[in-house]
Amino acid sequence: MTDITITDGNFDSEVLKSTVPVLVDFWAVWCGPCQMQGPIVSDVAKAMAGKAKVGKLNVDENPQMAQKYGVMSIPTIMVFKSGAVVKQFIGVQSKETLLGELNKLIN
Amino acid sequence: MYDVIIIGSGPAGYTAALYTSRAFLKTLVLAGIAPGGQLTTTTDVDNFPGFAGGIKGPALMEEMKKQATRFGASAVSDVISNIQILPISNTTKPNTTNTTNMPIDNEKYFDVKGQSESYQGRAVIVATGAQAQYLGLPSEQKLMGKGVSACATCDGFFFRGKDVVVIGGGDTAMEEATFLTTFASHVTIVHRREEFRASAIMLDRARKNPKISFLLNKTVEEILGENVVSGVRLKNNKTGVLEDVKTDGVFLAIGHKPSTEFLKGFLDMDAKGYIKIVKSQKSKVESENSNTLVQTATSVEGVFAGGDCVDSRYRQAVVAAGMGCMAAMDAQKWLNEHHG
Repeated sequence: MTDITITDGNFDSEVLKSTVPVLVDFWAVWCGPCQMQGPIVSDVAKAMAGKAKVGKLNVDENPQMAQKYGVMSIPTIMVFKSGAVVKQFIGVQSKETLLGELNKLIN
Repeated sequence: MYDVIIIGSGPAGYTAALYTSRAFLKTLVLAGIAPGGQLTTTTDVDNFPGFAGGIKGPALMEEMKKQATRFGASAVSDVISNIQILPISNTTKPNTTNTTNMPIDNEKYFDVKGQSESYQGRAVIVATGAQAQYLGLPSEQKLMGKGVSACATCDGFFFRGKDVVVIGGGDTAMEEATFLTTFASHVTIVHRREEFRASAIMLDRARKNPKISFLLNKTVEEILGENVVSGVRLKNNKTGVLEDVKTDGVFLAIGHKPSTEFLKGFLDMDAKGYIKIVKSQKSKVESENSNTLVQTATSVEGVFAGGDCVDSRYRQAVVAAGMGCMAAMDAQKWLNEHHG
């Protein structure tokens, strides 16, 4: 499974009401480190197919959610479980770090 | 087994990879915590030769990566925790995907430990670069990503119409402050001295910007705020008087430190963490003909280094790229002599 696009509109259904943990990558096109983070997040999505959901939220197009969750630095990655933030990463994260965090929540 | 493992993915790392892979050496680039390096946090790069109209930092790094991988170098986004030297006889069954056309000798190899796996190489090039320096205050740590930032191009967007301070007096501080005026309503540069390390052109640009003001002879004692930044506590270095200044964001531009923490005890470095270059080491072949010294050898034979993790003086992308090339050529020559 590939990563999904999270928006202000589908945040509730895709993230908060999800039955599996959801990793959300807050990013923007003008952010250099985000360009490096993007492919890593896509790899995580493939590796976690069926076990966790992985999505990307463009902060330019979806300012409401970025503001609601207090994102002031990107890339920011938040991991949600049962509608609540359980982990927050600021700055580029490695595939291993992200997989480790998701696996902890699943097992 | 790789011929060359390159730790770091900035201009030094990718240039080294370009040279080693073009020399048919099996090359692995370990991209680290900030893939693409410091240029990915800049906007326009106007001083990298060959791009007459300038190029965006992230785009330049993407091109460098493509150029290196075009000749067969692989890149992995792992972060390295340490390097060990192991005798070659200890090698367990070689991974068939890692085989190389170079003959295995009975010497040592380097075991480079990542987060979940280790990588084996005959030679190592350290090109880990440098990272932004922080003040080292607990309040700064607490508010990281909540108003404290070391990357204006990444985070300036979140300060639209807000008040921010930039801490520092070098080119980075002037560049960040000027960039931030496109978002922020006002930018205050806080600097601990009256003199600036910034170049005349950058300082002039900041001084002429009506949205930028300066607070000089002031050091940051504390970053204020519970969940988000609300201000900074400054100390006047002449009078010792403290004052609290309201602000929504704090951008740090107080220099860089080499990313060499994980190599402490393995490589010789200076007090600041810059890797020491051992210039006495002569190439065996050349020593018979000339006095040419190897310029990128470290205290450990077979480990070479280049770029900002070595260079505290120039710290330019083009210099780092040049040093990466030098390290690659030195590593290639060393491999020929020791493993050829």
